[in-house]
Amino acid sequence: MTKYIFSQDHKMISKQYLITGLFMGIIGIAMSLMFRLQLAWPEKSFGIFEVLLGKWAPDGVMDPNVYLALVTIHGTIMVFFVLTAGLSGTFSNLLIPLQIGARDMASGLLNMISFWLFFLSSVIMIASLFVEAGPAAAGWTIYPPLSALPQAQPGSGLGMTLWLVSMAIFVASSLLGSLNYIVTVINLRVKGMSMSRLPLTIWAFFVTAIIGVVSFPVLLSAALLLIMDRSFGTSFFLSDIFIQGEVLHYQGGSPVLYEHLFWFLGHPEVYIVLLPALGITSEIIATNSRKPIFGYRAMVASIIAIAFLSTIVWGHHMFISGMNPFLGSVFTFTTLLIAIPSAVKAFNYITTLWKGNLQLNPAMLFSIGLVSTFISGGLTGIILGDSTLDINVHDTYFVVAHFHLVMGISALYGLFAGVYHWFPKMFGRMMNKNLGYFHFWVTAVCAYGVFFPMHFIGMAGLPRRYYTNTAFPYFDDIADINVVITIFALIAGAAQLVFLYNFIHSIFYGKKAEQNPWKSNTMEWTAPVEHMHGNWPGAIPEVHRWAYDYSKPGQEEDWVSQTVPLKEGEEELQH
Amino acid sequence: MTAILTLTVLFLIAISLWQVAKIFEMSQPSKNNTQVANDRDNDIQGKLMFAFLAFLYILTLYSFWKWGDVLLPAAASEHGSDYDSLMWISFALIFFVQTVTQALLHYFSYKYRGEPGKKALFYADNNRLEAIWTIIPVITLAGLILYGLYTWTNIMTVEENDEALVVELYAQQFNWKARYSGADGVLGDANVRFLQDFDGKNLVGIDATDPNGLDDVVVQELHLPVGREIIFKMRSQDVLHSAYMPHFRAQMNCVPGMITEFAFTPITTTDDMRRDPDVLAKVKKINKIRAENSKELVANGDEALEPYIFDYLLLCNKICGASHYNMQMKIIVETPEEYQAWIDQQQTFAQVIQ
Repeated sequence: MTKYIFSQDHKMISKQYLITGLFMGIIGIAMSLMFRLQLAWPEKSFGIFEVLLGKWAPDGVMDPNVYLALVTIHGTIMVFFVLTAGLSGTFSNLLIPLQIGARDMASGLLNMISFWLFFLSSVIMIASLFVEAGPAAAGWTIYPPLSALPQAQPGSGLGMTLWLVSMAIFVASSLLGSLNYIVTVINLRVKGMSMSRLPLTIWAFFVTAIIGVVSFPVLLSAALLLIMDRSFGTSFFLSDIFIQGEVLHYQGGSPVLYEHLFWFLGHPEVYIVLLPALGITSEIIATNSRKPIFGYRAMVASIIAIAFLSTIVWGHHMFISGMNPFLGSVFTFTTLLIAIPSAVKAFNYITTLWKGNLQLNPAMLFSIGLVSTFISGGLTGIILGDSTLDINVHDTYFVVAHFHLVMGISALYGLFAGVYHWFPKMFGRMMNKNLGYFHFWVTAVCAYGVFFPMHFIGMAGLPRRYYTNTAFPYFDDIADINVVITIFALIAGAAQLVFLYNFIHSIFYGKKAEQNPWKSNTMEWTAPVEHMHGNWPGAIPEVHRWAYDYSKPGQEEDWVSQTVPLKEGEEELQH
Repeated sequence: MTAILTLTVLFLIAISLWQVAKIFEMSQPSKNNTQVANDRDNDIQGKLMFAFLAFLYILTLYSFWKWGDVLLPAAASEHGSDYDSLMWISFALIFFVQTVTQALLHYFSYKYRGEPGKKALFYADNNRLEAIWTIIPVITLAGLILYGLYTWTNIMTVEENDEALVVELYAQQFNWKARYSGADGVLGDANVRFLQDFDGKNLVGIDATDPNGLDDVVVQELHLPVGREIIFKMRSQDVLHSAYMPHFRAQMNCVPGMITEFAFTPITTTDDMRRDPDVLAKVKKINKIRAENSKELVANGDEALEPYIFDYLLLCNKICGASHYNMQMKIIVETPEEYQAWIDQQQTFAQVIQ
């Protein structure tokens, strides 16, 4: 019981996060496949809808309210439950103690509570799918008044209440986790592990946790104020409303205030999702290139710069919200600045590959794939971050294509890369590499197949969150693009089954792992394969060098563990 | 039916892929089963990386060849050309960077794939290189930011003037209404509290005690005189909506409890736009698709689809509930004379409530 369920051991908690995250991921992806079917073949009858949606798909035809519910819950689950908790929760928990040389997190108890709060919020979110009027359906940003008034749509009743409660608990979980990560990184580093010797994974997790602590509480306040408006008659976000033949009493509130509060978290959230993926990738690319990561200091500086900028750009989601256009100018300026540290990171990754000896393991493929989608998706940010250009593409499929590539697919690749790379550490076994290759290539082709054509639909002017575009004959000529996208999406979905099979099968029957299968320098590979409480038998090894002495001249092997002392006359790089 | 068939086929493909993968896994010799990439893997995967670069380029070219004609419809507002040039400059830049960086990334992944006996170069830092690729984006972005902000200020600065026509766009679940300010050029005060006055005839809640409102005209179809600045005042009575007019490169949210605004000058009448060669080609293409779809409908005993005629559109672009996808209004741009003739026929608020 205390070993598998109420465990305070960071390795077990990490596995719990991963498995819960993957489970939520299956639901989130399945939902996206369902609404993709509706978009490609609008208002057609599908047997699968009758089975999965029941009364919400009379005769197998999806109801418009359910369509909105599916996009809403898909967004919520993927952003928060899979890519925040599933990615950051899993790898921060696994790697922070192991890579800095600590016996466990600073507080195992808080860590356990953090996971169980996350689990509870997942259960509530899933439960909301089964309420009478359906789950929340106001989009994952749940802008009031749509989300505040049950008269406005059925999903804004009990479904929305459960959404808000679930997210409030999620924020509590995230805060406990983040505080724990910060304290652990600051206090529990082993002798010799100075901040400038930390692997980039830890830098990314550390900075991510700080953004989380700064911004998540604001989401909590937005959710609490919305609960008050909904249930206690306050007017924080509502004013002058006439709905269903009735003038409501709300006076003086503003939905724009909610938008500010939401995006004050919402934008940093993008980086909460992305930075851990970039950290994981830095580590995997260096290890598998058998080369030091290029520009370690610039990478750390970029992480910090991105984190700082991410908290002052939220207004670029609101250029046309009715806020003062001058504010729009300011946010355009700060937003486009983010391109600079991002460009530095992309160039540094590419230079790391240059003249390397690339070991193309599945984790490495996903990491290279991440750099590719990060560039493709990031570049269109130049259009969306520009207030002028945003006027005509705001809330169209262009936005959907952009953020799915740059933070959705990229972060998912980071998650997959991490799983393939640290599976031996988590489960003591290896995943099958050929299934991994298959999984990568199908996913990589389909990810571009889905999201590249989507830019065209957006530039044609089709708004997102439309149940169908058949109400506008003007959009009839993009119907075939929608079909292409859906077919790629279905194949991509099927490819994830291969991953699931590989994952589950390898946990039980995978080949037993060696202690350090990838010949990596970082400390987690000096711990024994068999898990033990406290991570290392006996004393924790001391650290003598940075994490990236790959192919260093004068060494026999092309790697040197961080715990190996400098040779006589060997110089340490000044970092 | 075709959909179900397609699905079944996809499902079967997925299963067979799974099975193939399984057989592949079982047929591997057990001694070479470390699950770490060996030289052969590096070779194959490296080449696949290069092939993937080709895939990316082909996908890009194919998409532009096949779907290039749906991108950005011709602009029909004065600021539209400024918007479009900024867009194409940004696009050109994006394409250049995308082409070069993806090439480097995938080519390096291929070129430096692991080979027996190879040793990587120990190369950890180069301040000059890093300075270069920090400074180049800084300069490029500074240019883009300045150009963007200049255009933004031009578009968003709305100055009240006697020449301009003031029109209110009024949003509700799930339709649009427009209110013209009438002869005095001033919109009367309005609030949702007045919506139920006059047995619901007060469609947008005009305050009947405000004399400015009496000559206001409320309509369900938006008529705009060509060549005259239109200042839109947006309101919403229930939830957030967004007034999106893609042909005019115009969009602004409609927020309950607040009046937002956007202004533009239409430069092409609906009639002229219908004669534009690109629009003609688009209409022809759409009607071909509709004729094709109609065949299936008629075969099932349903009515055929009506042929499509081009019109400017106002769409709702902020999720607002079940019929969000069908919240639209037709926009007609016409000569000032035609506009005057049309508006003179409409009933004023004073006439409606009598």
